[in-house]
Amino acid sequence: MQVTKGLLQKFGPDRVLDTPITEAGFTGLGVGAAFYGLKPVVEFMTFNFAMQAIDHIINSAAKTYYMSGGQISVPIVFRGPNGAAAGVAAQHSQCFAAWYGSCPGLKVISPYSSEDYRGLLKAAIRDPDPVVFLENELMYGETFPVSDEVLDSNFTLPIGKAKIEREGKDVTITAFSKMVGYALKAADELAKDGISAEVINLRSIRPLDRATINASVRKTYRLVTVEEGWPQHGVGAEISASVVEESFEYLDAPIDRITGADVPMPYAANLERLALPQVEDIVRAAKRACYRQVPQSAAA
Amino acid sequence: MAISMALSSISSSVSSSTSVGNPRRRALHLKTQRPRTVFLGSKVECGIRGVQHTDLSRNATFHSAKATLSELLRENTTSTSDLLLMHDEGLELYEDMILARSFEDMCAQMYYRGKMFGFVHLYNGQEAVSTGFIKSLRKDDFVCSTYRDHVHALSKGVPARQVMSELFGKATGCCRGQGGSMHMFSKEHQVLGGFAFIGEGIPVATGAAFATKYRREVLKDDKADAVTVAFFGDGTCNNGQFFECLNMAALWKLPIIFVVENNLWAIGMSHYRATSIPEIWTKGPAFGMPGVHVDGMDVLKVREVANEAIARARRGDGPTLVECETYRFRGHSLADPDELRKPDEKAHYAARDPIMSLKTYLIENNLASEGDLKAIEKKIDEIVEDSVEFAEASPLPERSQLLENVFADPKGFGIGPDGRYRCEEPGFTAGTAQV
Repeated sequence: MQVTKGLLQKFGPDRVLDTPITEAGFTGLGVGAAFYGLKPVVEFMTFNFAMQAIDHIINSAAKTYYMSGGQISVPIVFRGPNGAAAGVAAQHSQCFAAWYGSCPGLKVISPYSSEDYRGLLKAAIRDPDPVVFLENELMYGETFPVSDEVLDSNFTLPIGKAKIEREGKDVTITAFSKMVGYALKAADELAKDGISAEVINLRSIRPLDRATINASVRKTYRLVTVEEGWPQHGVGAEISASVVEESFEYLDAPIDRITGADVPMPYAANLERLALPQVEDIVRAAKRACYRQVPQSAAA
Repeated sequence: MAISMALSSISSSVSSSTSVGNPRRRALHLKTQRPRTVFLGSKVECGIRGVQHTDLSRNATFHSAKATLSELLRENTTSTSDLLLMHDEGLELYEDMILARSFEDMCAQMYYRGKMFGFVHLYNGQEAVSTGFIKSLRKDDFVCSTYRDHVHALSKGVPARQVMSELFGKATGCCRGQGGSMHMFSKEHQVLGGFAFIGEGIPVATGAAFATKYRREVLKDDKADAVTVAFFGDGTCNNGQFFECLNMAALWKLPIIFVVENNLWAIGMSHYRATSIPEIWTKGPAFGMPGVHVDGMDVLKVREVANEAIARARRGDGPTLVECETYRFRGHSLADPDELRKPDEKAHYAARDPIMSLKTYLIENNLASEGDLKAIEKKIDEIVEDSVEFAEASPLPERSQLLENVFADPKGFGIGPDGRYRCEEPGFTAGTAQV
């Protein structure tokens, strides 16, 4: 993916290690090194391969600070692309935000823009806890304008705080990673119809920034959650539950979850397009939440 | 007392006859194309040679390994002084093994009285392995273990009181009651005890060894020469993670010792029914490290091998795989009815009880008197009784401890709207969960 291009030349083979393709082994090795004071960054080619190592991510990294009664902390970062790419079929396209996000002891981050990637990765490396950093392969090619402050070498963003990408007053749309771009495009479309959508870039799946989400819902009274992963037990489900628990009286419409289709990712290009949320789906859901005359979604 | 170890650096087939012939000629057959390893000061340089598949019955391979063993025996029989102990060392080993045995017996008692619960795995019968290895380590060396970790923690220096409290689930336990029997951790004594899944601890131990090597070579810390010892069982040796770590440890020459506590039973699965090549020490040379088989019921032999392996790792020569043939006198766990093992097998190993063997050795060689040993037993009894009393008297963890230590920083519940950490806000609850 060329993410680590140039690092070997800059830091040398002692610090940038090429490992054999043995996820369970090298992830465990990274966790063991983190137990004793090093700060490893473990890269998975995609998070699908991390399923071979998920035992070490959860059992050895996430749970250790608790199991040892506060003695051994694990300052490790697991990073790699997550979610669907283009045409890579079922075993290479799963979104893991919900699975990792349900595990106490892990911090799970999913950035969107260049500013997010830069600030959050640095914060993740400096963090004394295990962090799962979910990137997106298709976002690697996109460029974003950044301010000088972002380019400063000490720029970090706080983990656990969402960003309001676009202010609005009619409906709240939450999203993370690639879907933030789609949500912003949907907001532009909705603006043409007079609906002003507030787009929240979650940035952090765990800890989830419930305060920002709830404050926004209390302002707009409507919510649409967008994610690429599967619907059952997904990130949107957790956000729905949180909003219902905390801001029930403020809701004027049922919460809509836009998610990927409840199937393993198909290979055919048109089916893949149907299996993932598109901008029109988000627009339709937002209009439904605002009680505009739109029929129920026709998605499978 | 002859050394009964097999050195496994040869995996080629010679003819299937087992005649020894001229030992020097046999040594010359060991042509090496790969890095050589020397073990136990032997003058025979052993290397790894490609296995010829033509005339290989397993017996042939095994016998050829034993043939070379005889060369080593001839070299080494002059220097048996390594096996002799000083008086103090002998008593130290005896005390450690008695502590292990008494402690584990007390655990069984407490379990059946309901003070301990969950999964408890006892180490009776295997004390020689833990004592033999861990008593040769420094305080800053690392030990990584499995769910059968009480004794590894005790040998490494975690006080019996803390281990017993942890087992009772009290706040004064070494992990504040949050780990339990299978998860004994101690930062002070460098114990990464307890992993519940087999094979889980091996990559973590490999990582600790990697951290040492990294400190030494990249961070240029000359004093970083800690050795890591990973303990695991025979069942683990069929697990993928074991092989992945043997490969990486040999590839990067990590200062680690892989110790197989081969007690012939993986829960209820017999080692011979589960493993295609039951000689686990032969798997070391396949990856480029020496593989050694040692009688794990004899603490002195284990100690001899341990000292050499530790010295080898400390000077940077890389990893070693040590297979200790041992036996657990009790079942896999306290909930295991232990019906599958034959009584004569149990009797055979009970006769080789490591504590009795050491006691006999010490008395026969006038290294200690009966009185000394009785005094040690009495002292240990008191320590174990005291640890039980301490554990009983200790308080249970407080309610607030439930949500503590999930994150190191600062309780990981994120940042509030005012930019401060949420856990510092008054009236803070864990998100929407009420405890």
